[in-house]
Amino acid sequence: MFHPNEKGFYGAYGGAYIPEMLIPNIEELRGKYLRILESDSFQKTYHHLLSDYAGRPSPLFKAERMSQHYQTNIWLKREDLNHTGSHKLNNTIGQILLAKEMGRRRIIAETGAGQHGVATATVCALMGLECVVYMGQTDMERQAPNVARMRMLGAEVRPALSGNRTLKDATNEALRDWIAHPTDTFYLIGSVVGPHPYPDMVARLQAVISSEIKQQLKEKTGTELPDYVLACVGGGSNAAGSFYHFLEHPSVQLIGTEAAGMGVESGETAASMACGEKGIIHGSMTYLMQDGDGQITEPYSISAGLDYPGIGPLHAFLKDSHRATYLPVTDAEALDAALELTRLEGIIPALESAHALAALGKLRFKPTDQVVVTVSGRGDKDMKTYMEHFKLTEK
Amino acid sequence: MTRLQKLFSSKKDLLSIYYTAGYPQLNATRVVLDALQESGVDFVEIGMPFSDPLADGPVIQQSGTQALQNGMGLEVLLQQLADMRPGITMPVVLMGYLNPVLKFGMERFLERCAQVGVDGLILPDLPLENYLEEYRPLFERYGISNIFLITPQTPEERVRKLDAHSNSFLYMVSSAAVTGAKKGLSDFQLDYFRRIKAMQLQHPAVVGFGISDNESYKTVCQYAQGAIIGSAFVKLLGQAKDLKGEIHRFISEVKNGK
Repeated sequence: MFHPNEKGFYGAYGGAYIPEMLIPNIEELRGKYLRILESDSFQKTYHHLLSDYAGRPSPLFKAERMSQHYQTNIWLKREDLNHTGSHKLNNTIGQILLAKEMGRRRIIAETGAGQHGVATATVCALMGLECVVYMGQTDMERQAPNVARMRMLGAEVRPALSGNRTLKDATNEALRDWIAHPTDTFYLIGSVVGPHPYPDMVARLQAVISSEIKQQLKEKTGTELPDYVLACVGGGSNAAGSFYHFLEHPSVQLIGTEAAGMGVESGETAASMACGEKGIIHGSMTYLMQDGDGQITEPYSISAGLDYPGIGPLHAFLKDSHRATYLPVTDAEALDAALELTRLEGIIPALESAHALAALGKLRFKPTDQVVVTVSGRGDKDMKTYMEHFKLTEK
Repeated sequence: MTRLQKLFSSKKDLLSIYYTAGYPQLNATRVVLDALQESGVDFVEIGMPFSDPLADGPVIQQSGTQALQNGMGLEVLLQQLADMRPGITMPVVLMGYLNPVLKFGMERFLERCAQVGVDGLILPDLPLENYLEEYRPLFERYGISNIFLITPQTPEERVRKLDAHSNSFLYMVSSAAVTGAKKGLSDFQLDYFRRIKAMQLQHPAVVGFGISDNESYKTVCQYAQGAIIGSAFVKLLGQAKDLKGEIHRFISEVKNGK
């Protein structure tokens, strides 16, 4: 029930609303992705790279001081310890193997915070493939360390200059590049967004997160099902991966947090569930923020990775079917949560992940609850923002 | 017979112009339309600006952004076109992206298009399959032609399918690219034009994307029933001081080579 149908629809959401120029590429991918993903040779190489290259499984850490603070049992799924510093590598390892299998030599990607761009540049270096990453110019400025990392890895970073110059605009540019390079290029999408089969493919590649949580929780507590799973949602890939193997277990409460920016009423927000409505963005029917004329609204969030006006169609479906709950978290709440985790557990989270942590203060837990929070990435890339807000340079 | 069918059954070497509604000024839409008819263009596509036009290059993107800032939207456009008939006798096609149309309401939009005398729609991000499943009866009820794109990568079988489901013409995208003028046509493109011509489709094809001047117009007319110029014309609109005069000059140059 939580898998898309043959046309890529989760209920009313998803599909592939793409121009004719992209149809041959999408059809080829749709025809091949499941067969390749499920093949023995793919599985073998994918799991080998996840363990020996990415360093998985990522730990499931019992955060004792946080648990005490919130009077419950808090477990951190440490995707920040994955190679390159976020969950994004799980997906890029899978897709690069797929691209190789399909004989593509040139890889393109979009990136917001730069984490997906870095993860893509990394696997391209590993496989010796050409890599072009589109990144909004605003994001290139606020996530400068990641731009440098991509360049050091040998990728070409091309600025997107339209709109607010953020993730949405970078995605437009990547799609235009794909239209112009239909035969030699593989578009390595970083989230559970875009036309079918991308949302399903990326969810499957990130599902390793929940598969590990299950096993690790069983080893540590005797039960494989937590009471809560919390994850942040921009496009929604770490949340999709964290929820995946719990979707069919209704006792597990699934909580996604989206970036409210200055607040859902402020107009300066990226909360596409709270403020959006049904429409089409980047080839997919989903919730998105739009005006009365159907023009897509420019989003705002302090977190470049969540600064996106749409959301993956799986999440739109999970919201409507009440299988998951989505909470808006403001910039200020995320910053507080980042500092709290840092001071209580000695872990500096990415701003994106801080949005998931901020949900802890919004929910009522029982002392017996097992609460898993996915820390999707580490905060190194956000030090400039943290320095400004926490006045870390003052004497 | 529809206006589009009449045109295609009566004339060769058709010249069509794409331009963005509400650009360079909000009220330019009708001025440009009238000037194009006077200068002898055979039919037009009027672009409905969208915030995220993923099949368009920089020139048309920029014109759309400007048009949106000018206040253009579907309701405004339909009002601007409300009295174009019978003065405008050539076919008028609207081209844009699906989301604003869905927000407006597909049926309501098609009904309004029929009322003002719009002949067809080009919605690049509405694939054939979704059209057939969800919207074809509505297009037929209001007599609006849905125009499909074909590209150099479209397999023969799919070209035949798109041809079978059209009722006016096929929009032949000249190369794997977003919109925008490129100089010259390659051998690869000419092979593709020949291949499509040799298929002897039921419906005529018109070539667009990368057509900008007399030379490219004349060349594609050897293989297809006409050509569409977009970005080169939109660029002119953005720079023109005397809109009418420069439109006449541009069209005359394209048709006659000076």
